[in-house]
Amino acid sequence: MAKSYEIRLSGSGGQGLILAGIILARAAVLEKRRVTQTQSYGPESRGGYSRADVIISDEEIYFPEATNFNCLLALTQEACDVYLFDLRDTGILIIDTTFVKNLALAAENTYELPFTDIAQEKLGSAISTNILSLAFLVQITGIVKPESLKQSISESVKAAFIDVNLKAMEIGFELAKQYKK
Amino acid sequence: MPKKDIKTKPAPKAKATKETLAVKPDSKLEEIQATRERKSVLMQGNEAVAYGALDAGVNFFAGYPITPSTEVAEILSAELPKRGGVFVQMEDEIASICAITGASLAGAKSLTATSGPGFSLMQEGIGFAKITETPCVVVNVQRMGPSTGMPTSPAQGDIMQAKWGSHGDSPAIVLYPASVKESYELTIRAVNLSEKYRTCVILLLDEVIGHMRESVRLPDMANVRVINRIKPTVPPNWYKHYDENQKYLSPLASYGEGYRFHVTGLTHDSHGFPTNKSGEAGEMMDRLRKKISYNMRDLVQIESYQMEDATIAIFTAGITARAAKAAIAMARSEGIKVGLLRPLTIWPFPDEAVRKMLRNVETVIVPELNQGQLIHEIQRLTKDKSESNLIAMQRVNGQLITPNDILHKIKEVS
Repeated sequence: MAKSYEIRLSGSGGQGLILAGIILARAAVLEKRRVTQTQSYGPESRGGYSRADVIISDEEIYFPEATNFNCLLALTQEACDVYLFDLRDTGILIIDTTFVKNLALAAENTYELPFTDIAQEKLGSAISTNILSLAFLVQITGIVKPESLKQSISESVKAAFIDVNLKAMEIGFELAKQYKK
Repeated sequence: MPKKDIKTKPAPKAKATKETLAVKPDSKLEEIQATRERKSVLMQGNEAVAYGALDAGVNFFAGYPITPSTEVAEILSAELPKRGGVFVQMEDEIASICAITGASLAGAKSLTATSGPGFSLMQEGIGFAKITETPCVVVNVQRMGPSTGMPTSPAQGDIMQAKWGSHGDSPAIVLYPASVKESYELTIRAVNLSEKYRTCVILLLDEVIGHMRESVRLPDMANVRVINRIKPTVPPNWYKHYDENQKYLSPLASYGEGYRFHVTGLTHDSHGFPTNKSGEAGEMMDRLRKKISYNMRDLVQIESYQMEDATIAIFTAGITARAAKAAIAMARSEGIKVGLLRPLTIWPFPDEAVRKMLRNVETVIVPELNQGQLIHEIQRLTKDKSESNLIAMQRVNGQLITPNDILHKIKEVS
């Protein structure tokens, strides 16, 4: 368990978090790591809660759900409120300040950006917020290589949407580099 | 009936042998096929079931898609027609089980996939497949609650239904995987066992296993063992539809091959015609029972994990066993001697193996995502221990039992 890294991507249905989870997991598979990806969502296709868990490890992964995250991405206030308490003390918290206005407790490593607003502004639509924030997460945590993420996106989304998602990815990487200073 | 010279038509070819897939249909198939043994791919439990079915030679699927099993139908609807197989979306689950039973009698290898509500509807048809000794496979990806319940939440509430759901003392073979890889392997095994034992085999998945994605490496097709039903070798007029060898396994002719047989859900004689004679009825019921009980060695599969020196044993299946393994790793690091017993074949229940493996432990913990099903079997097998040494752990709220929950329980009893 020592070498495993637990990530939870959380928000509401329709934000594309499960797809983001699949893309991250596939990127890890490309790097020959062991990986599990699980999800939890309500019966509705939009609205309601939604989360995707990705565990990346070099050893056998017994339990596939993240219980004590190394990194939490929260795209809505509700998700942040519920899951923040399961973040490790040293864990990384990434929140979308478009929707997350309050933090129930202060996490040591918090990254705050209005991802949805940025996607809306730079890409003309909030639809790629998932990829934009995932790329940000990847650059901050270094859990997979940027090239692996790029390849995984190309393999996971429909051909017509590859370009816009790669553009979102580049913006996410860039934001992270600027954030790191 | 006048004797007619009916041309023997071979059963439909299982499938083109070179085509085996390891990823979702719209990815680069050829590339993946060529490298599937060497390359890991990200695959979902339900996908693994679909590819397992294809690799086992399933060429007929009839079903009514339902969360959380939908991907099985989705993938097979794309893949079966490409290989000359048949996919039928039925009007409901009652029709689905009837369709796969009929297809099997016509020589196909057939499978359906459903979840709780559909599984309940199928029970009558499952009993029919069993009494008519027709090979078929029902995949039940379990979801929570009675009735419609919570479609996207896990539970292990159909363990007893898989055995007792159909009326009238029917025998059951039920397999229970705990990972994506195992979902692939046990689907092949389910199809193989259904062919070998001429019965309806049930594959139980947890919602989390069905929806989970993991990195898996599928075996090369050359290493996949496929079992086909025994065909009759006697001349057509000597053929008995229900005839057994010493292991209670009987040959099966298909419709259209020139063999005459009758199929009915009524208790029948060896040609399949209804009978009320107690002798024949008793023999039929005996055969249904014996073909399972005389072949336990072939049917039982159980994982024993760190049990050698264990004083505490955890007995559970599916996703809960994975939580148990994580808990065991944590407990062992604190010096607590705990191990896991996990049945891969959940019915017939592995009585002898479990009794033997639990003989030397002091305490048995049975965590399960229901209100108490596996625990009854363990109770039955641990009469030598005091009641207080058998610990139940149950949860039915749509959440999993976590490694920490089990660790707490281990510490409580150690």
